[in-house]
Amino acid sequence: MNSDKITRLVLSLGSFILIIVAAGMVYSLVMGSIPAFKTFGFKFIFSNNWDPTYGKENYGALPFIAGTLISSILALLISLPLSFSASLFLGEYFKGTRVARILSMLVDLLAGIPSIVYGLWGFYVLRPLMIELGIGSQGFGVFTASLILAIMIIPYATSLSNEIIAMVPNDLKEAAYSLGATRLEVIQTVTIPSAHSGIIAGYILSFGRALGETMAVTMLIGNSNKVPDSLFGTGNSMASVIANQFGEADGLKLSSLIAIGLLLFLITAIVNGIGKLIIKRMQ
Amino acid sequence: MRKLLTLVLAVALLSSCSNSSKKTTEGKAVDLTAAGATFPLPFYNMVFKQYGEETGSTVTYGGIGSGGGIRSLKDQVVDFGATDGYLNDEQLTEMPGEVLHIPTCMGAVVIAFNIPGVDSLKLSNDLLEKIFMGDITKWDDIQITSNNEGVTLPAMDITVVHRSDGSGTTQIFADFMTKISEKWASQVGVGKSLNWPVGMGAKGNPGVAGTISQTAGSIGYIGSEFAFAQKISMAKVQNSAGNYVLPTIETISAAAQGEIPADTRIMLTNSSDPASYPISGFTWLIFYKDQAYNNRSEDQAKQTVDLLKWMVSEKAQNEAPKVHYAPLPAAAVEKAKAILSTVTYNGNPL
Repeated sequence: MNSDKITRLVLSLGSFILIIVAAGMVYSLVMGSIPAFKTFGFKFIFSNNWDPTYGKENYGALPFIAGTLISSILALLISLPLSFSASLFLGEYFKGTRVARILSMLVDLLAGIPSIVYGLWGFYVLRPLMIELGIGSQGFGVFTASLILAIMIIPYATSLSNEIIAMVPNDLKEAAYSLGATRLEVIQTVTIPSAHSGIIAGYILSFGRALGETMAVTMLIGNSNKVPDSLFGTGNSMASVIANQFGEADGLKLSSLIAIGLLLFLITAIVNGIGKLIIKRMQ
Repeated sequence: MRKLLTLVLAVALLSSCSNSSKKTTEGKAVDLTAAGATFPLPFYNMVFKQYGEETGSTVTYGGIGSGGGIRSLKDQVVDFGATDGYLNDEQLTEMPGEVLHIPTCMGAVVIAFNIPGVDSLKLSNDLLEKIFMGDITKWDDIQITSNNEGVTLPAMDITVVHRSDGSGTTQIFADFMTKISEKWASQVGVGKSLNWPVGMGAKGNPGVAGTISQTAGSIGYIGSEFAFAQKISMAKVQNSAGNYVLPTIETISAAAQGEIPADTRIMLTNSSDPASYPISGFTWLIFYKDQAYNNRSEDQAKQTVDLLKWMVSEKAQNEAPKVHYAPLPAAAVEKAKAILSTVTYNGNPL
C-alpha cells in the first residue's frame, strides 16, 4: 500500500468513528427520553410545572429552556460590544503591536480558565457587587449568570473574528485608502463586509458555548425551577438542572432529564444551522 | 440506556482505584466495591480504611448519591449499596433479588441561618412551615419575634436556601415537614428534590452552607455532619413533645430510642422521645439476601458479610462521633445483626 492509500484509510476511519459517536449519542438520548415524551407528549416542552414529588410527578422543560435561552442571549448581547471592539483592536487598529500581543494573550487566557473558577469568582465578587447595587434577590439570578457567561464567551468570539479581520487582504484596504477613505470608512466598507461571515461564526460558536455552560451558571442563577419572572429574578438552565438532578434521578425523572438533554442538543443544532444559513446568505 | 449507564458507572468505579479489579484471590483479602449515598461518606471512608488495614481487603466506595447506590445494586455491579432513604415496597419488588437493609449510623438535618447579630433561634413547627412555604417573609415578623423573646431580630427579608441537587438530606427534611404541616404535605410532599414554593437552590451541603454564610437574612437546611464540622449557627427545633432541641450527637441518637421494625425500615423524624432532635434519621447499607449473583465467589460473599458486620460492631460505631455522626443505639445494632445472620449463598447460610 502506498502512503496515499494509508492516509485515506486513516482519515476515513477517523471520520467514520466520529459519525458513529454522534449517532450513538443521538440514539441514546432519543431512547432515554421516550418515556418522558410518551407520558407528557409535546406538552413536556411547553409545561412550566416541574414537580418531582412521588405520586404527583409532573415534568415540564419550559423553565429550563427559558432560563437557558434568556441567559445565553443576554450573555451574547453583553459580550458583543466587548468582543467586537477587542477583535477590531487586535486585528485592525493595533495589529502586530506589543499591546495587541499582550491583550490577545489575556483574551486567550480567559478561555483557559476552568468554569468552576468563574463560578467562584462570580459567587464571591460579582454577587456581593450585585447586592451592593441592589440588583436581584441577594445578587443571584439570570442577570448575574449572564454577566459571568458573557465574560466566559468573549475569547471565543474575539479570537475567531480577530483572525478573520486580520486576514482581510491589504490590497483591498489600500485601494480604499487610495480613494481617500478614512480608517473608519475602510472598516465599514471593506474590513467588516469581507470578514462578516467569520465574525458571525465566532458569535455563533460563543453562543453555543453559553448554551451548554453548567458549573458557573448553577452557582449564580439561583436554581429555582420556574420561568424567571424578570431578568433579575432567579431561574435555572437546562445543563444546570441535568447536572444537579441526574445523580438521584430514576424512572420518569431520569427520562425527563435525558429529554431535556435531547432538547438542548436540538437547540444547539438549530442555532448552528441558523448560523450556517446566515453565513451562506451573506457570502 | 440503563445498561449503558451502568456500564459507564461500573467502569468509572473500577477505574477510580487501580487495584480494585473484581478478581477474587484464593486468600482472605478481597476487593469489595460499593456505591451510594454521599451523606455518610466521611464515616464510610474512615471505617472502610480501618477495615482494610485490619484485613488487607480494599473497599472502594463511590459516593454517587443514594439513587446511584440503588441503581448499582439493582444492576448487580456492586457488592453492596448505600442509601439515605430506605427502599419502599414497590422499589423492593423491582429489584432482581431479595434486598436487605442495615442501618450504619445516624445523622440529622440542621436548620442553619445567617441573621446579623443573632446566634440563637427557636423555631416552632408552625414557624418552620410558614418560613419554608413563604408565608412569613420578614425576620422581624411578630410571629417569629414572639417565639424568640430576648432576641432582637432585624427588619430583613428572609431568603430560603435549599438543595438544587437531589439529596437524602432534602428527603429527611421534607419527611419531617410533611409530618408537622398539612399544608406542606398537600402542596410540596416528600422527595429527594422538591417543587419548592420559595427560595433558591445551591449544590450540595457546601453550596448551601456557603450561600447561607454569604447571604444576610438567609435560612436553609444542611446535613448535621457538615454543619457540626463547620460550626454553623443552628436553630433549636420543636420536637413532638413540644421541647426546643438543638441538634447534638446525643439528641440525634435519642430519636432512635423508640420501637424499630425488624427490617429497620423506619423514618425517625418527629420521634416521640422528649429529648430527641426531630429531624434525625438512619442511613443504610443495602445488599442481596442471597449473595450468589453475577459470578460472585463464596469468598466474596463472606467478605461482604464480614464487612457489614464490622460496620455495626462496637469498634466501628465508636468511631462515628469523631466525624460528627451519632452511633446506633443498642436495639438497632441487635436488629442489624439479626438481619445479617439471615444472609445466604446459593441458599446455604454463610
